[in-house]
Amino acid sequence: MKKNNVLMERLYNGIVKENPTFVMMLGMCPTLAVTTSCINGIGMGLSTLVVLALSNLMISLLRKFIPDGVRVPAYIVVVASFVTIVQFMLEAYVPALNDALGIYIPLIVVNCIILGRAESYASKNPPLASLFDGLGMGLGFTLALGILGAVREIIGSGAIFGYQFWDTPVGIFALAPGAFFVLAILVIIQNKMKIKNGKKPEEKSCDGNCAGCMTKCEEINKEEQGGN
Amino acid sequence: MLELIKIGIGAAIVNNVILSQFLGICPFLGVSKKIKTAAGMSGAVLFVMAISSVVTNLIYSFLLVPAELTYLNTIVFILVIAALVQFVEMVLKKVMPALYQSLGVYLPLITTNCAVLGTALTCIQNDYGIGTGLVYSICTALGFGIAIIIMAGIREKIEYNYILPSLKGMPIVLISAGLMAMAFMGFAGVI
Repeated sequence: MKKNNVLMERLYNGIVKENPTFVMMLGMCPTLAVTTSCINGIGMGLSTLVVLALSNLMISLLRKFIPDGVRVPAYIVVVASFVTIVQFMLEAYVPALNDALGIYIPLIVVNCIILGRAESYASKNPPLASLFDGLGMGLGFTLALGILGAVREIIGSGAIFGYQFWDTPVGIFALAPGAFFVLAILVIIQNKMKIKNGKKPEEKSCDGNCAGCMTKCEEINKEEQGGN
Repeated sequence: MLELIKIGIGAAIVNNVILSQFLGICPFLGVSKKIKTAAGMSGAVLFVMAISSVVTNLIYSFLLVPAELTYLNTIVFILVIAALVQFVEMVLKKVMPALYQSLGVYLPLITTNCAVLGTALTCIQNDYGIGTGLVYSICTALGFGIAIIIMAGIREKIEYNYILPSLKGMPIVLISAGLMAMAFMGFAGVI
């Protein structure tokens, strides 16, 4: 029973408490680039979910064998292998999605969420919990991308899942600037809710160092443990 | 020659790496607080991107293609870029300490910058030769520099203005970026 609780806690943590997009502001490049429609966003989210869950599992299984000094290159190789597999699967079975996502599929390798989770969770925890951690984070990411994609598709092209219902959409939201605006609006809503609850909105963002996200994740984890 | 100029302008301004391709958003949002650091970062990106595009191109055409291992390109490229950044850092430290002083701190930051890997992969996908690839990646890096330095300038001014509490930090930066992206869309007709 206790074990189940840990797994559920990991899922909840990934989807709500530490949502990689809305709370941690990680993995911004694919978030902004592929969310021109809801289906693209969900496709990207699910591809990342698969890579994240499998690489978390693999790294957790290998955590006792990977020497500390070369751990980051080792993680990169594991992640890159899974990304290549996912890329070929997409090419074979969903070519339309593969064309829509294009170069952003191989770029899952450098998504800081994946390396961040590998370093801060999978390298220290047992396989099953790591798998669920990856699933939770992946679901949180998929959810965020789906929401962003849906908002941009509804406003930008007046459609949802390709079903047209509005003849005069605001085209800019489907283009590059719209990505920034929609994300800004979602963060503003989040900040407003935080202020309402009497919390100070904090400025969290990647400092340009994707490898540094790991240390950032660790710091955040430490703070949490200290708080508990 | 005309072809090269077209590719260059396209990479630097029309299809700006940050504002229209969304590569390298992390440093764009994170290292754009001061113009000085933004310039340092873009210098380091320019340096690494130019070298990595040549090296990955050579590896692809002389190692992966003859051995029919082109499907390994993602794995090989990211490892090569990671190793290259380490190597460049060591060489700079030894040979050009002055340049290392100004770029050194930013170099480790770009190992996993998706703009570098993205550019290397785009060069391969579009079948650019080594020369064309080099021009493309230098211009992409210049585009990165243009965007991040303008952003840093805007943020330095924003510091002195009153901003609603809920817009402070990330939201106002994202809105400014959106407006910049809109402005850059105006270049779409250039080529």
